[in-house]
Amino acid sequence: MPSHGGHGGAAPLAADASWALHDALIVAALLVAVGGYLRALRSARRRGPWPALRTTSWLLGVACAGVATLGPVALAAHESLTGHMVAHLLLGMLAPLLLVLGAPVTHLLRALSVTAARRLTRLLRSAPLRVLTHPVTAAALNAGGLWALYATDLYGLMHASALVHGIVHLHLLLAGYLLTAALVGVDPDPHRSSIGVRAAVLLAFMAVHSILAKRVYGAPPAGVEAADAHVASQLMYYGGDVVDVTLLVLLGLAWLRATRPRPAAVPAAA
Amino acid sequence: MTSTGSRRAGTRDAGADPIRRLVLAGVLFGAGIAASVVDLFLFHLVLQWHHFYDLGTTEMAIAADGFFHAVAWGMTVAGLFLLVDARRRAPVRWARWTGAVLAGLGGFQLLDAVVNHKLLGIHQVRYDVDLLPYDIAWIGSAIVVLAIGLVVLWRTRGRGER
Repeated sequence: MPSHGGHGGAAPLAADASWALHDALIVAALLVAVGGYLRALRSARRRGPWPALRTTSWLLGVACAGVATLGPVALAAHESLTGHMVAHLLLGMLAPLLLVLGAPVTHLLRALSVTAARRLTRLLRSAPLRVLTHPVTAAALNAGGLWALYATDLYGLMHASALVHGIVHLHLLLAGYLLTAALVGVDPDPHRSSIGVRAAVLLAFMAVHSILAKRVYGAPPAGVEAADAHVASQLMYYGGDVVDVTLLVLLGLAWLRATRPRPAAVPAAA
Repeated sequence: MTSTGSRRAGTRDAGADPIRRLVLAGVLFGAGIAASVVDLFLFHLVLQWHHFYDLGTTEMAIAADGFFHAVAWGMTVAGLFLLVDARRRAPVRWARWTGAVLAGLGGFQLLDAVVNHKLLGIHQVRYDVDLLPYDIAWIGSAIVVLAIGLVVLWRTRGRGER
């Protein structure tokens, strides 16, 4: 477990305890994510095979989230904005993509009893979730979180308090998951937006992400050195590109599937 | 402008005409790579004439760059997927597609030079040098590439030829 010494200030003991609790909660969450998925794998055995790629993707996603929040990367994230940006890309962009491709909702529906599965479906169809999982809401939550993090004092606050730190990271992961699922999700989505809406939201989000990345270069959060900010900014910009272009490609594949010409509609050689 | 003309034609037919769609695919891909891949690899990484950030960069320029950047990647990927789609609907006439890519590439560079470099002055080809030869080379090459693309499109306009 990494020690978070140096955050203490006036009350180092209490602070150390809060960081230890922070790490312990993360370990517990990661174990639940892995254990729950594997447990569901056993319960759903009678429903036939589950693609190994989905399981692999989920496990890699959990590993990504773990690497970003515990161990050397998390320590580096306390030391520099560049380290923070590595963690940010892993937790906010790569982990959500891998988790979404693990199709956890489909997986859970297969594992649950019929009654429980029905209840879950009803919950997924409810109005609040419909609003929350709309691409525009998800993108706003994401972009809003990033604005708050880099354009206000939040970045400084999150390194002084384990509670704020945990909430910021949880928001980053959940908002990333919501957006990825709304754009290229493989789980059933009763209110899936059209490809056009999803493409527009993705492009707008890419634009905002690039703008924020460049702002970090010119106006980094308080206390961050210029050289550090320059590397972090380019990492955010180009790293974001890699994940965003991957999302564009996944969206293109979804479009190809949706517009597949039906055999009858194929014109006889024009 | 070629690009807007064919884009409009492409949307109007909404996929009904695979040959128009192939041209749209090529133009989008050409303009997209000009704005994303060529700019990034050639001008930022290899030549290093363009910089990630300039101290004089205004908030407005950063915002414009962000949207420009997203649309560039969007056009590149959309162009490729339209090509895949055209391919599964009819045999692809590669000469025509190549013409469309060149037209998109040249057309975009020309638009970039005239609007962004000269009219708006958002960024330049290169900094701290006499710009005239660079502008002539940039605009000249853009016109040549655009012209080659248009000639190829013109020569492959018939429906039957490959």
